[in-house]
Amino acid sequence: MKKILMLAVATAIGLAIAASAKAEMKRVAIKPPNGHALSEIISGYEYRSKETKVLQDDDIQNPGFIWVEQGEELWSQTDGSAGKSCASCHDDATESMATVGTVYPKWDDKVGKPVSLEQRINTCRKDNMGAKPWKWESGPLLSMTTYVRHQSRGKPVNVSAEGPAASWAERGKKLYYQRVGQLDMACSSCHEDNYGNRIRADMLSQGQSNGFPTYRFKWQKIGSIHRRFKGCMKNIRATPYKVGSDEFVALELYLATRGVGLPVETPAVRN
Amino acid sequence: MKLNATRLVTALAVAVGFALPVCAAPVAFEVIDKTIPKSLTMEAGDPGRGKKALLNRKQGNCLACHSSSALKDQPFHGEVGPSLDGVSGRWKEAELRMILVDSKVVFEDTIMPSFYIADGYTRIAKKFMGKTILTAQQVEDILAYLNQLK
Repeated sequence: MKKILMLAVATAIGLAIAASAKAEMKRVAIKPPNGHALSEIISGYEYRSKETKVLQDDDIQNPGFIWVEQGEELWSQTDGSAGKSCASCHDDATESMATVGTVYPKWDDKVGKPVSLEQRINTCRKDNMGAKPWKWESGPLLSMTTYVRHQSRGKPVNVSAEGPAASWAERGKKLYYQRVGQLDMACSSCHEDNYGNRIRADMLSQGQSNGFPTYRFKWQKIGSIHRRFKGCMKNIRATPYKVGSDEFVALELYLATRGVGLPVETPAVRN
Repeated sequence: MKLNATRLVTALAVAVGFALPVCAAPVAFEVIDKTIPKSLTMEAGDPGRGKKALLNRKQGNCLACHSSSALKDQPFHGEVGPSLDGVSGRWKEAELRMILVDSKVVFEDTIMPSFYIADGYTRIAKKFMGKTILTAQQVEDILAYLNQLK
């Protein structure tokens, strides 16, 4: 009798483990519209370990919140010849910036190009505050970008590649499928053809951008999507484009269109 | 695409074991019907050296994408390409040499790098310009090692 009971318990435990392993494998996916390059749209979050997900989900532990908080402080600090802060015009960011993080990169009529959120922040500093633009990947620009995009956390990415932005998205698409470097790989080689497969210990994701700026363990800090592009290109032994370049903005725009509908996760936590 | 063409590849053969740099001749090879029947070098491939080059993350780095039960002691095998188990039973040596040298001749859309092609790349980083990922001898050494994975 005892033996049977033990067997039953062992079987139950076995089944429970199998079920939880299966549950962990199941990834939340969005059904893409017709004609989309992917058959399912999946956030990079789904490819990370349980521990990493827990860290991202806890606002106290999530290391990316250091930059959210720094951004919040900067929001109301005056800077530049006009004696203004962001708050002087935009008041409460939780309201005025509530959906901004879902639509960038966005077409800018003034410059006749799509601009990234980083560029938009710097334009505002220059034109409206009379302040010096922040350097790409600098602490304040990362903080402000993270803070602004964080206001859209949980809302679906809604970037548009219509109208004048269409040709830029097309340019980004070309870059996405262009093999580069001595290893001769395109973004698509890993992130379209092989997502869900391991390269060494790392599981390839779809390379979605909904979590950027993202805190990476490898960087020990938060970083921009352009920095990530650069790292990828270096890995495949290519000469990267420059952060803030037209090429990277076009690629960022196209990449965002591949992830329309995914929730903004800023600040995401990744490997 | 590049079918049946004789491809002359200018690659610098690395002189191993010499104190002075040796002026190396470019190594040419002939592609016949998507295979390279002849060895790239005069020296026979050495499986011991081949295993090292296969594992080295700056050289073959084959386990990044492939797995191998013969190399179980190595951590983190990849899942992108097929297992290396029994690879020499599935392919003839001339075919495997072609796949190592320029996999795209055999599999047009593959993610696998061309390990012995020096030119034709886009935006290749300066320090790799005009160079191949593996030397001709390393290709032969890796082939000799793969031959053992029956």
